[in-house]
Amino acid sequence: MSKQELTVNAGQTVARPRSGFMHEMKKNWMIYLMFVPIAAYYLIFCYKPMYGAMIAFQNYSPAKGFLGSEWVGFKHFTDFFGNYYFWRILKNTLVISASSIIFAFPMPIILALLMNEIRSNAFKRTVQTISYIPHFISMVVICGMIKTFTSDIGIITDLVVALGGDRVSLLTKPDAFVPIYIISDIWQGVGWGSIIYLSALTNINQELYEAATIDGANRWQQTLHVTLPGIAPTIIIMLILRLGSVLSVGYEKIILLYNEITRETADVISSFVYRKGLQEMSWSYSSAVGLFNSVVNFGFIIGTNAISRRVSDTSLW
Amino acid sequence: MKIKQSFGYSCFTVFNTLFMLVLSFLMLYPMLYVVFASFSDSNAFLMHEGMLFWPVSPNLQSYIKVLENPMVWVGYKNILFILVVGTSLNMVMTILCAFVLSRRNLKGSGIMTGFIVFTMYFGGGLIPGYLNIRSLGLDNTLWALIIPGAMSAYNMIIMRTSFRGIPDSLEESATIDGASPLTILLRIIIPLSGATIAVIVLYYAVGHWNAWFNAMVYLRDRSKYPLQLVLREILIQNDTSAMMSTGQEMEVDQKSIAETIKYAVIVVSTIPILAVYPFLQKYFVKGVMIGAIKG
Repeated sequence: MSKQELTVNAGQTVARPRSGFMHEMKKNWMIYLMFVPIAAYYLIFCYKPMYGAMIAFQNYSPAKGFLGSEWVGFKHFTDFFGNYYFWRILKNTLVISASSIIFAFPMPIILALLMNEIRSNAFKRTVQTISYIPHFISMVVICGMIKTFTSDIGIITDLVVALGGDRVSLLTKPDAFVPIYIISDIWQGVGWGSIIYLSALTNINQELYEAATIDGANRWQQTLHVTLPGIAPTIIIMLILRLGSVLSVGYEKIILLYNEITRETADVISSFVYRKGLQEMSWSYSSAVGLFNSVVNFGFIIGTNAISRRVSDTSLW
Repeated sequence: MKIKQSFGYSCFTVFNTLFMLVLSFLMLYPMLYVVFASFSDSNAFLMHEGMLFWPVSPNLQSYIKVLENPMVWVGYKNILFILVVGTSLNMVMTILCAFVLSRRNLKGSGIMTGFIVFTMYFGGGLIPGYLNIRSLGLDNTLWALIIPGAMSAYNMIIMRTSFRGIPDSLEESATIDGASPLTILLRIIIPLSGATIAVIVLYYAVGHWNAWFNAMVYLRDRSKYPLQLVLREILIQNDTSAMMSTGQEMEVDQKSIAETIKYAVIVVSTIPILAVYPFLQKYFVKGVMIGAIKG
């Protein structure tokens, strides 16, 4: 009976003096036991590789192992910073990120605002359903479509020729890579990205619109003074999240689409890490570049989160 | 609407409706084009320039070539295994973790949450992860595509938010009746979280279906390739040779049939997702909404 009473108390927020670790274990042993597989998974597959990242400071060789390999300090890092490719991949990463923030980020917001003005519910639902579809197409298929559409006989190349361009595959032109990357991102993500803003829009108090109408505000003024301030917190947190990942452009789409010619504009930090590590097998060097990127990204997330907490009272943690 | 609309707003409505129609067309047309091209005769398609609104000289030759290719079937078989086993493992892990972290007043839950959330923002990197999988002997097995992604912290947080929304009183009365935490989880929490569980199952399943990178890195035997890796060979590396009958066809025919085969492969591999999508759409959307409420 006494054990049951304790459990009941734990379920409520009744303040009662707590005894030590053993008591807690005894009371909730089953719950802690449930966490064991989770902890084991995270230790083996997330924390162990963090420990393994120390090969960035070694000339790692599998035969000698993590502890036996020769330590070289920051050699791989200084090699990387002194390398011609350092500036190229840093520039490409920033260009792709910045283009994505400028061109792709506002699109779902604009789409949500326009969808919000549709009066017919059936039409609105249909447009929404259609705009979400591309989100579910796999990256390989998206890139396959891009590749076939922009090949020398593809439909996009047909369009370019009709507009007076040359009949060459767009994927062999370094200048075209970033536009292709961003436009296909918008195509795939705009509808899905608008969901979060649409849900923010439904949370705006309708009385504000009524009050604005009584004050003589037209639709445009209502959008400017009621709707936009209403979804501003959502926009701000999404923007801050986006800024936090400014140096992490994923490698999947890049390595499916780039080639030796377009690397000049397409090669980013993550694809460089992939190529050095898994194609050229420079494990330690690649780990050093990857670790540098992880640390910088982590710093950006911490920084933007701190700014967010100050500016908008919204933060990730 | 009883409120009189201004002329400007009427213009806007017309413009907006037109814009939505154009947008819907732009979203749908690339996929329709793929479907039309896949049913087209390969030579006629090669001569064709510009947009398609119907297959040119429709026939099924590309589909016959695709379905005759054993690798497409191998890909399907492997991805089904990964989907069933992988998603089951994902759900067990996610539900357990969300349940533990949704307990109120559990000592150490802050530390446990931090332990997991930290991995969302920091990781060892590509190569240390790769060496880890190899040292565990998982490379060149399908387990390399299942176990390393056993749980997503993001999905777990969505699940935890949902578990926390269940009224305390239900659990309390069960506890008074002597129910153990496991019984509470199985008899109360899970049955009351059906919709969220459906959402998370879908998220994991779509993730498995679309994944290809780990398969490319870890698998050496072609007999283990999941569908997306087979697609990558055909679509990205331009390897349609397995589907060509050797010898008899001229080189021009080879090139032309290779084009329509690619479109047919896209259709064959994307149909399952798009076929279930209209029925599941509301669950997916619900997931985004739950995720938006910070846990």
